[in-house]
Amino acid sequence: MEGLLALAVKAIFVENLALSFFLGMCTFIAVSKKISTALGLGISVIVVQSITVPANNLILNDLLKPGALSWAGFDDVDLRFLGLICYIGVIAAMVQILEMVLDKFFPPLYNALGIFLPLITVNCAILGGSLFMVERDYNFPEAVTYGISSGFGWALAITAMAGVREKLKYSDIPDGLQGLGITFITAGLMAMGFMSFSGVKL
Amino acid sequence: MGARQFFDRIEPNFTKGGKYEKFFPLYEMVESFLYTPKTVTKAAPHARSFIDMKRIMTYVVIATIPCILIGLWNTGLQANEAIAAGLEPTGWRASIAGIFGYNPSNPLANFMHGFVYFLPIYITTLVVGGFWEVLFATIRRHEVNEGFLVTSMLYVLILPASTPLWQVALGISFGVVLGKEVFGGTGKNFLNPALTGRAFLYFAYPASMSGDSVWVPVDGYSGATALSISASQGFQDLAAQGITWWDAFFGTIQGCLGETSTLACLIGLAFLLATRIANWRLIVGCLAGTIGFSLLLNVIGSDTNPMFAMPWYWHIVLGGYAFGLAFMVTEPVSASHTNMGRYYYGALIGVMVVMIRVINPAFPEGMMLAILFANIFAPLIDHFVVQANIRRRAKRNV
Repeated sequence: MEGLLALAVKAIFVENLALSFFLGMCTFIAVSKKISTALGLGISVIVVQSITVPANNLILNDLLKPGALSWAGFDDVDLRFLGLICYIGVIAAMVQILEMVLDKFFPPLYNALGIFLPLITVNCAILGGSLFMVERDYNFPEAVTYGISSGFGWALAITAMAGVREKLKYSDIPDGLQGLGITFITAGLMAMGFMSFSGVKL
Repeated sequence: MGARQFFDRIEPNFTKGGKYEKFFPLYEMVESFLYTPKTVTKAAPHARSFIDMKRIMTYVVIATIPCILIGLWNTGLQANEAIAAGLEPTGWRASIAGIFGYNPSNPLANFMHGFVYFLPIYITTLVVGGFWEVLFATIRRHEVNEGFLVTSMLYVLILPASTPLWQVALGISFGVVLGKEVFGGTGKNFLNPALTGRAFLYFAYPASMSGDSVWVPVDGYSGATALSISASQGFQDLAAQGITWWDAFFGTIQGCLGETSTLACLIGLAFLLATRIANWRLIVGCLAGTIGFSLLLNVIGSDTNPMFAMPWYWHIVLGGYAFGLAFMVTEPVSASHTNMGRYYYGALIGVMVVMIRVINPAFPEGMMLAILFANIFAPLIDHFVVQANIRRRAKRNV
């Protein structure tokens, strides 16, 4: 239990997907103009991340790993070379299914998330989360924890970014830096603030 | 014939159509530094107040004076004690200080020894930072603001005395340009510019910004700061090293130029609170966060990490805590702007500083990073406070 808690804190703050690995930058920069939309996107990333990372963990451990197919009579088959295409397929499928479920049963939430759900399919933070899970060889409970907390860390980062950008509306930014330029500088300065966690050993 | 007539005579050269029109910000800077600015807000709505930006910034600089004086004396004291213990004074600064002798019990010698380290750093900061400030002001046609005097003073006071001057220049450049000017100047930034520059140096040149040998500007001297002693052996060991709580409170311990003395910071803080420049809610929040979280850690305890046992009254006298509390937490631009948000913002800093000091083994000191971290979340805190307010009022008036 303590180990899972440490993993969660690490995924949220120390190894924040957005601000220490700079993953999912396209959506991080593009959809952080308003706090409300950033919050919506953040929540959908948490949902998708906490479904796809455990799902990919099951696929890895029960289908792809060497010896995982022994129940079907293939004792020494190693299918890990199919990993990448499986994970991205799962992510795309999950997002589609989630979209249909939300549309059918929770229309207000579906309307609120709008374009962000399909956008998440190609968000590298999501695939990155699954690949980190593979690289670090998490078991199932760890994969669930990592999925939820890494998504939460990303959501926290994009909401803070939106807050700063709403404040920056009152700034007097030089012409050449307006828009994307100042956003990149802001992201860099925010990453410096998150450096306060670097070095935490859990 | 006074300076006023002189300014009136040369002013037409700088106004629109004048010969030196481009340099108006420079003229305006010198003039408004010496005289009250003539411009007043004309269009409604505005509130009448005796205080303007110039006065706020000047008050903050005045509030740092106790820190400067005690800081200079203490820097010299530490250096002279190291020399009295048998080390050789080296470098041109030490030879200037040698005119007054290296006697640690002579306050003047201590003060002058600190002064020869403080002054070059301060001049470098003013020249390099001022260059960027004037450059941006001239090109972007805004005023050179007294805010820079505050930034430069705070920046110098949180540097170790032995910082190489080129690093001082680099740090203030980063702080002024990327921390403030790219956002449009004073009041438009979201991070504290002095801290941005300091943190940049801290991550870029850790060897000259942290460790055991940077705090006392004498070659070959090596001694851990009170915080790193506590981190490795526990705060109980400080007494064995000859550091009492009162030493830490008065500031006769190693540390950055101006931040060792809690007493001096409290005098400055009292001045800022009395003039209502600092908001007391930020202080309450920050202290509550620190006290609450360190008591919690005391209860949890740890067998391997002695910092868990450190009581809150040690936390607030060591390192940059008091200085940060007095001058950085209360900085109005980068803090939260709503009254309710100020409590949360302060508490976030208070908790973060204890967390970094205790749980993060990479950084013995956490005040600077905690404030930068809270700066990032300040606008978000404001947003949620405002939203909660809107919801509450909407419920009341259905």
